[in-house]
Amino acid sequence: MIALWVVLGIVVVLLLIFVALYNGLVGMRNQCRNAWAQIDVQLKRRHDLIPNLVETVKGYMQHERQTLEAVTKARNIAQAASGSSVGERAKLEGELSSALARLMVVVERYPDLKANQNFLALQEELTSTENKISFSRQFFNDSVLKYNNKTQMFPSNAVAGMFNFKAEEFFEVKVAAEREAPKVSFT
Amino acid sequence: MWEQIRSNQVKSIILVVLMGVVLLALGYSLGLLFLGSPTAGLVIALVVWAIMNLIAYFQGDSILLSISGARKIGPDDHPRLYNVVEEMKIASGLEKMPDVYIIDDPALNAFATGRDANHASVAITSGLLQKLNRDELQGVIGHEMAHIKNRDVLLMSMLAVLLGTIVILAWYASRILLFSGAARGGSRRSSGGGGGGGQLIILAVAIVLMILAPIFAQLIYFAVSRRREYLADASSALYNRYPEGLASALEKLASSDTRVKAANQATAPMYTVNPLQKKGMAATSLTATHPPVAERIRILRAMGGASYRDYERAYAQMKQKHIVPPTALVGAAPVPLRAASPEEAVTEKVEHARDTSDLMWRLSNYRTIDCPCGARLRLPPNVKQITVSSIKCPHCGRVHAV
Repeated sequence: MIALWVVLGIVVVLLLIFVALYNGLVGMRNQCRNAWAQIDVQLKRRHDLIPNLVETVKGYMQHERQTLEAVTKARNIAQAASGSSVGERAKLEGELSSALARLMVVVERYPDLKANQNFLALQEELTSTENKISFSRQFFNDSVLKYNNKTQMFPSNAVAGMFNFKAEEFFEVKVAAEREAPKVSFT
Repeated sequence: MWEQIRSNQVKSIILVVLMGVVLLALGYSLGLLFLGSPTAGLVIALVVWAIMNLIAYFQGDSILLSISGARKIGPDDHPRLYNVVEEMKIASGLEKMPDVYIIDDPALNAFATGRDANHASVAITSGLLQKLNRDELQGVIGHEMAHIKNRDVLLMSMLAVLLGTIVILAWYASRILLFSGAARGGSRRSSGGGGGGGQLIILAVAIVLMILAPIFAQLIYFAVSRRREYLADASSALYNRYPEGLASALEKLASSDTRVKAANQATAPMYTVNPLQKKGMAATSLTATHPPVAERIRILRAMGGASYRDYERAYAQMKQKHIVPPTALVGAAPVPLRAASPEEAVTEKVEHARDTSDLMWRLSNYRTIDCPCGARLRLPPNVKQITVSSIKCPHCGRVHAV
């Protein structure tokens, strides 16, 4: 009789541990998806801002058609690929980021443009959107790291294997191109 | 992050309980002294405390915001501030965007309030908004966001209420004692003495408690508050990946000698730096709600990376003590620092200052008319009452319709 209760007790405890591990994994996976949705919102926002920016800037810089075309092209490619995998999108968005950075360097040569209120408002929005992209990416990657650790570490890896919790992909942008912040000179 | 919050909470709860004990001891001895029954004293102390807690929980944020004269702004009122708050909200992984408030005050400070992450607000003085560049603003807002994320605000307001209750009880008791005691002393003298020695001892204990309880409570309050400032600094550095932003903002805050007009003892711990401290006066380590700013700056600048581990190392080097709960350090990957944002041109700095002052005029319901001659006219809100339908530019003489 006692043996039966002991066995029953062990089974219940194991079941509770199992439920806790499973729920923990689900929670972390949902956090990753939620964080990914945040990135997605900001990337879309950037895609929406770029046509406006190009329109505003075009009148001022007749000689920079190539730079502007590069931005528009990178934006269209990135937007068309919005359904593809995390890695693919990261690469295309990285290219868009560097095209934009080049444009912002060129902008420094046009003081008239920098006095345009419309442009200043756009620039603030764009700067902030770039920041939001990198902050949401930061949060996403942290969430993914935690989730991936859980799917690979004992004992949660057993539950993860049973219910097919797969490791998620990091959102890595080519760091070198991204860190190239436009420099302002005081001359 | 969760582990950090939890271990934070355990230590804080111990301190809260300690403060509760001080309150109960005070109630007990006061009851014994005035009402002849310790239970009545306990009940009164608890009832006062409960009422104040309820008020603080449901109304605390709006009371705090209204006594500091804060006004709510939207994304169009000041895009830069609103964007930075949103950036920090994303970096901290907060689910709901906190309300953004601005305080019309030249002093440099900021605070966060709200009982939980879904009812949170961030307030910043117009003076600070004018002085900081983007990286510094991110550092300060990140610090406030960390207070929200780490659930500091609720704990601090509960503690403030506990402290307030103790101070109020002790204050009233001392008044009652002063007047009734003086009266009784007079009658005793005329009747030639009396009263048991036991009552004298109770009286002595009660007086000592009355004097010491508020001081004790304040020390406990300060200890909790200081710990949380360091941890919020650490979180801010992690969110930004750029501790230098907060460090240089703190430098600006420390070098300003304007004090926040609408700050007092109880609201002080809510601010980024202590709003009450006079310039040049070193706060003694026990009675400061905030750690010395110079120390906070040195720790932030000594960080080699942006992780909690880097903060812990810098802190340990400075103080030979630990600050970040060890559970928050386990399994954390190294976090590299990011580069500084491009430096702002002087014209941009001027533009930022102007943005802020325009916003303050607008929030006070002033109307702005830009005259083609370059003059900018500002009409006070009560101009309607004196029925002005047009106004002449004092510079060029053009007439503008109002």
